[in-house]
Amino acid sequence: MAVTTALPGELEAPALAPMSYWRTVAWRLGRDPATLAAGGALVAIALAALLAPWLAPYDPDAGSIRARLAAVGSAGHLLGTDEQGRDMLSRLLWGGRMTLVAGLTPVLVAFLLGTALGVLAGYVGGLTSTLVMRTMDIFYAFPSVLLAIAISGALGPGLANTLISLSIVFVPRVVRVAESATVQVKSLEYIAAARASGAGVAAIVRHHLLANVLGPILVFSSTQVSLSIILAAGLSFLGLGVTPPAAEWGLMLNTLRQSIYVNAIVPALPGVAIFVTSMAFNLLSDGLRDAMEIRG
Amino acid sequence: MWAYAGRRLLLAAPTLLGASIIVFAMVHLAPGDPIAAVMPAESSQAEIEATKKAYGFDKPLPVQYLVWLGRVAQGDLGRSIATRRPVILDVRDALANSLVLALSSSLLAFLLGIALGLLAAFRQGRWLDKTASAIAVVGVSVPHYWAGIILIIVFSVQLSWLPAMGASQDGGVLDYLRHITLPTVALALIPLGVITRVVRSAALDVLNQEFVLALRAKGLAARRVFAHVVKNSAPQILTVLGLQFGFQLGGSVLVEAVFSWPGTGYLLNLAIFQRDMPVLQGVILVLATFFVLLNLAVDLLQTLVDPRIARH
Amino acid sequence: MSAGPLLQARGLRKHFPLRGGVLQRARAWVRAVDGVSFDVRPTETVGIVGESGCGKSTLARLVLRLIEPDAGTVTFDGEDVLGAPPPRLKRLRRDMQLVFQDPYASLNPRLTIEDAVAFGLLVHGTPRAVARERARALLGRVGLDPRLYGRRYAHELSGGQRQRVNIARALVLDPRLLVLDEPVSALDKSVQAQVLNLLADLKAERALTYVFISHDLDVIEHVSDRVLVMYLGEVVETGTADELARAPKHPYTQALFASAPTMDPDRRMERPPLAGDPPNPIDPPSGCRFRTRCAFAMPRCAEAPPAPRPLGVGHEVACYLYDAEPAAFIRARTS
Repeated sequence: MAVTTALPGELEAPALAPMSYWRTVAWRLGRDPATLAAGGALVAIALAALLAPWLAPYDPDAGSIRARLAAVGSAGHLLGTDEQGRDMLSRLLWGGRMTLVAGLTPVLVAFLLGTALGVLAGYVGGLTSTLVMRTMDIFYAFPSVLLAIAISGALGPGLANTLISLSIVFVPRVVRVAESATVQVKSLEYIAAARASGAGVAAIVRHHLLANVLGPILVFSSTQVSLSIILAAGLSFLGLGVTPPAAEWGLMLNTLRQSIYVNAIVPALPGVAIFVTSMAFNLLSDGLRDAMEIRG
Repeated sequence: MWAYAGRRLLLAAPTLLGASIIVFAMVHLAPGDPIAAVMPAESSQAEIEATKKAYGFDKPLPVQYLVWLGRVAQGDLGRSIATRRPVILDVRDALANSLVLALSSSLLAFLLGIALGLLAAFRQGRWLDKTASAIAVVGVSVPHYWAGIILIIVFSVQLSWLPAMGASQDGGVLDYLRHITLPTVALALIPLGVITRVVRSAALDVLNQEFVLALRAKGLAARRVFAHVVKNSAPQILTVLGLQFGFQLGGSVLVEAVFSWPGTGYLLNLAIFQRDMPVLQGVILVLATFFVLLNLAVDLLQTLVDPRIARH
Repeated sequence: MSAGPLLQARGLRKHFPLRGGVLQRARAWVRAVDGVSFDVRPTETVGIVGESGCGKSTLARLVLRLIEPDAGTVTFDGEDVLGAPPPRLKRLRRDMQLVFQDPYASLNPRLTIEDAVAFGLLVHGTPRAVARERARALLGRVGLDPRLYGRRYAHELSGGQRQRVNIARALVLDPRLLVLDEPVSALDKSVQAQVLNLLADLKAERALTYVFISHDLDVIEHVSDRVLVMYLGEVVETGTADELARAPKHPYTQALFASAPTMDPDRRMERPPLAGDPPNPIDPPSGCRFRTRCAFAMPRCAEAPPAPRPLGVGHEVACYLYDAEPAAFIRARTS
C-alpha cells in the first residue's frame, strides 16, 4: 500500500480496489472455520432433504410390524426401523424436508412482514407506530411456545396451520428489531441530507434506510431459525403439528417415545437430527453477526 | 420512577385485554362446533338448543366475550368438559407444580449460566471461554424434549438411578427431589445457553469500554473490576433472566409431556388431546397473565438497577 | 434576480417539548429558537456564531424546513418556503442546500461516494448515467479524483475528504444558497484551512450565497461579511465582521471576542470575561437571557427582553445599555 503524503492530514488513497459491504461480509464468513463447517453441514442437510426421493432406500410410509424396532446397523436398515417397521433412514431423509420447511418458512415470512411493519412504524412514527407496536405487545404477552400452542390448538393440526401459527409467533419479534433499527438510522444526518435534497419518503426508505437497517434484521432472523425448527418439531411432538403418518422429526420423536425401553438408540435419532440442524443454524447466524459488524 | 411504573402498569392493561381476546377467540376459531364436544352424538335438536342457551352460545360474540371476561375477573374459569371440575381448581394445582419446576430449573440455569458467562468474558479467547461458549451453543440448539428423552434413557432406563415419570408417589421430600431432577435439567438447557451467551456479551461490552481500561490501568484490584462489570451489565442480565423464567413457565409444556410432570403443561397437553376448551383457555390465560406481570416486575426492577431507563 | 435579500427569516420560533409523567405530557419546553429574524443578501456570507446550545443548528434546519417551526416565516427569493406545498418545496430544495457538521454521520455507509453525490440529481429526475457523470465531475472539482475515489465508501475516507464529499453533494443540484452548519468544526486545523479555501473558491466561481454557522470566532471572522451573534435562541447583535471584531457592543459579543485565545501578549487576559456556565435553554432567565452572566446587568434587564436597536448602518444590538437615556448608559458603564 503506497502512502504518499501530499498534504498534512490527508493521505493518498491506497491502490487496492475497494470491496463493497456485502462482499466484505462474504469474505469474512469464508474465513471462520466454525461458520464454514456449519454452512457445509446445512448444505449437506438441505441436499439430503431435497434428494430424499432418490436417496431413500425405502418408502417412508411402508413398514411391516414384523420388522419393527430393528437396531441400528441391522441388515437392510442402516439406521434401524421404527415402531411400525418403517425404515428410519428413509423417514429421516423425508422428515428433513418437513422440518426444514417448517423451520425456514415462518422465519422468512416474519422477515418480510416484520421488516415492512417495523420500518413503517419506525419511520412514520406517531399513531401508526403506537398502533403497530402495541398490537405486537399483545402477542408478546405469550411465551413463544404457548402462543404457538394456542394458535395451533385453535386452527388444528397440519403443516399449513403450523406455518401460520409459527409465523404469528415470530413476526412481533422481527417487528421490534426492525422498528428499533429504523428509529436509530432515521436520526442520522445522511437521512436529513436526503430530505434536504428533496427526496420523498419512498425514495429515502428505498435508497438510504433499507440497506442500513436490513443488516441487524437479517442477523436477528437467522437466530430464530433454530427456534422455529425446535418449535415446529415440538408442536408435532404434541400432536398439533404435522399429522401421522407423515415423516417429521418431532412427530417421530413422539411416536417412538414408548419404545425407549426396548431399543434406546433408534428413538433418539430424530432428536439428533433436530439438534444438529439447529446447531448448524446457530453457528451460521453467529458467524453472520460477527461478519456483519461494521468496523473502521 | 413512579411515573414510569404507572405508565408501564397502564400499558399492561390493554395488553392483557388483547391477550384475553386472543384466548377467547381461540374457541371460536377452532374448527368444529364447540357444542358438539359437549353433547353426546344422538342429542335431539331441542337438547342442543337448550344447551346452547345454557352456555350462552346463542348471544352475539361481543356479548359472549364480555360475559366470559366478567366471570374470569371473578375467578370463574368455567368447568372442564372432561372432568366437570371447576377449571380454576385444576389450574391452581397444576400451576403450583409448574412453578416449582420452573423455579428449580431457573435456579440451575441462572447460577450456572451467569457463572459460565462471566467466566467466558473474563477469560475471553482462552480455552475456558471456548469451552463455555461451546456449552452455550449446544444448550441453545438442543430440543429440550429430546434432551428429556435422552436423560430418561440414560438415567432411568439404563442406570435406574432416577425415576422417569410423574411427581413423587409417597410425598416425601427426597422422593420429590428425585422426581424433579431430570425434568429440571432438561428444562434448564436452553435458558442456560441463552443466559451464558447474553451474560458473556454484556460483560464483554462493559469490559471493553475505555473507562474499565482506565480502572485497570490504575491498578484496581481484579475483584473490584469484577464487581464493577457485574453492576454495569446487570440490567441486560436481568432482562434475559426474566424472559427465560417466562419461557420456562410457558415452555414447560413439552418437558412436562415427556416426564408426565403434573403441571400446567401436562394439563395443557391433556386439554389439547381431549379438545377441552375451557381448560385450554383457562391455562393459557393464567400463564399469559403471569408472563405479563413477570415482564412488568422485571422492567420495574430494571429501573432500580439502572436509573437511566426510567427517564424516557 | 431581484435586488432584495435572497433569504428572509422573520420571527422564527421553535420550542421542543420535554415529556414526562404518566401520560407523557409536555412538562417543560426547550426554547431552542425564540423570535429570530435576519436577511441574507445575494452573494454575501452571513456568519452565525454562538456557544453550544444557542440554537444555531436548529435555526439552520428551520430555514431549510427540515424541522417545522412553531412560528415565523422564511422567504427565499420572494417565495414563501414554510407554506410551500410539496411539489414547490421540492423545487425550492434545489436552490437551498445544507452542508452538515459531522463528516462521519452525514454519509450513508452503504453508498459509494459518487452514488451519494448523485442521489440528489436522481431524486429530481436526472437519468442515472448523466447524474453519475456530473457527480464525478463535481468530486473532481472539490479535490477528490473520481477515478480514485468515486467507487469508494465513506469509511475509507478521512474527515477532510468526507467534508469535501458533503460539499460536492450539496452543490450537485446547483443551489444558490448554501447553509453550512459547522462545516469545519470536526476537522484538524490544517485541513480546515484547505476546506475553507475550497469554499471560498466555489463561492466566487458560482456566485453562491452562504450562511455559515460556527462556534469558532476565528473562522467566522475570516469568512463572513456580516455576522449574527446568537445567545440562548435569540440574536443579540448583528453587524459586519470588522465592526464586531473591532468594537463589539453587546456584552456577550465583547466577552466572546475577548475570550478568544490570542498569541498577542498585549491582548491576553488573566481572568475569563464570562462567569458561570451557559444556562439551560429549558428555563431561560426572564427578560434579557444574558443578564445572569452580564457584568452590566440592570434591574430593567429582568423585566422584558430588549428589542434590537440600530446602532449604525446594518448594525443592531439587543441590549438596554444602548437605550436612548445617556445618563443610565454612562452610569452603567462606569459602575
